[in-house]
Amino acid sequence: MSRAARALAVAAGVAFGTALIVYYIVSYLTVSPPVVAATGSKPRVHLTLQTVASFGNPPHPDWVSYLARDPHGKWVHSTVLRVPAYSTVDVTIYQFDTATGLRNPFWGQPRGTVGGTINVGGKTLNVLNPDLASHTFAIPDLGVSVPLKGVADNAKNQCSVAPCTLSEAHTTVTFSFKTGKPGKLRWQCFVPCAFGFPLGFGGPMQSIGWMDGYLMVQ
Amino acid sequence: MTTIAGEPVPRHGVRIFAIWLVLTAIAVPLIVLVLGPHLPPPHMTVESVDQRNANIVMTALLVPIALLVLVYFIYSFVFFRETTDAIVDGPPIKGHAGAQLLWIVLTSTIVLALAVWGSYTLIAGAHGAGGGQGPDPAAKPTGYQHALPVQVIGQQWEWTFRYPTYGGIETRDLAIPDHTLVAFHVTSLDVTHSFWAYELGVKADAVPGVDNIAYVNPRHTGLFQIRCAELCGLWHGHMSKKGRVLASSAFQAWIAAAQKKNASIVKYLPKYSRVYYPAPLRRAG
Repeated sequence: MSRAARALAVAAGVAFGTALIVYYIVSYLTVSPPVVAATGSKPRVHLTLQTVASFGNPPHPDWVSYLARDPHGKWVHSTVLRVPAYSTVDVTIYQFDTATGLRNPFWGQPRGTVGGTINVGGKTLNVLNPDLASHTFAIPDLGVSVPLKGVADNAKNQCSVAPCTLSEAHTTVTFSFKTGKPGKLRWQCFVPCAFGFPLGFGGPMQSIGWMDGYLMVQ
Repeated sequence: MTTIAGEPVPRHGVRIFAIWLVLTAIAVPLIVLVLGPHLPPPHMTVESVDQRNANIVMTALLVPIALLVLVYFIYSFVFFRETTDAIVDGPPIKGHAGAQLLWIVLTSTIVLALAVWGSYTLIAGAHGAGGGQGPDPAAKPTGYQHALPVQVIGQQWEWTFRYPTYGGIETRDLAIPDHTLVAFHVTSLDVTHSFWAYELGVKADAVPGVDNIAYVNPRHTGLFQIRCAELCGLWHGHMSKKGRVLASSAFQAWIAAAQKKNASIVKYLPKYSRVYYPAPLRRAG
């Protein structure tokens, strides 16, 4: 093979590798769940979320997931939420999954909420028995951590396909937290709830749009 | 000036040695006096000071070696360069037992000296050099029996801290008193993390089922950065926060407030243990 041919082969290989890297980076940066805005306007807005035991739809029907309700009332499979800065955010989470308990019981105490409490099914709590929790909603940078009570294992009419409806077994958790300056904050569930993955922390626990997301404070 | 076949040949060895000697005489004091105080880690604890002193000594010893290689390389590049197209043999090279012996003795001495110095720092000075010594430390500092135990718990993706001598409370914040020997008991609830408190001179692996002990003795109050130094998943980069070294009285006030703030969850926490094997590892559907 001549020197020119070898140089051409090397250049083609480098170009192919570069193209793959660029494709990966562009895909990573551009493909993300849609942003769901809170309803209402500053200084007080409302977020409505639901957790489901299994999404029930492609591409991962058996993955546990959060969903968010957009301002038109439609459930969207997304965990990228937009809220205004320096505001109070009232959150309602409809929790359709059963209890598995917290790996670290420490997260059973609500933190970072207005008043340091949450409301579970009409009852105000400053701590939830960690064994009764199914998931958590946590924004570490704001100090927010809320345990979500699971539905009973033997509850009738349990939901298996998202979006779930309020006629199906669920618990309702409400609380409020305050936002600060604008920024992009991560939020996550602290329960190792990814069934079938090592230590329960693979798959949906490592994926934006499922049990992790961003809070776009703007 | 020596000659080969009647041609004068400069004494390259003497020249190289002279250049190296001058550069070393300039570089080593600069390393020790100017760069040394800025080498990591900062001087927040007794242990981190020992680590930095070790870094200064190591650098001061390594620079002459690096300079020798560089000087020889650059000298050869300039003076031994063949500028003509003719391919000719160089002068014959003969063995020099003295030079070989000197090289072996010198390099062996340097390596052994560094090993002795490193071991001394690891064991007697820095008490494990911040990397953690596992559940049964070999290098215990004086008064280790009375060290304040603070358990560092890594979990995806947050650090929490337990104070077994203060009712076993757990907190999201880390504060320690100054001029007090602290024993960090580093562990994990899931995958391997690494507790990196840079200013304290600590970077200890947090391994599930392992109590990894690292001692620190803070010299003054201030903030220190906490990070995870082991790639542990999606939000690994977010496992960072600020810790605080407080004056003793301020620490007592802080721990009292923390006990009050976290009181409602204490009854649900597992009994303090050096390691945890937490359930659940499942998800109900």
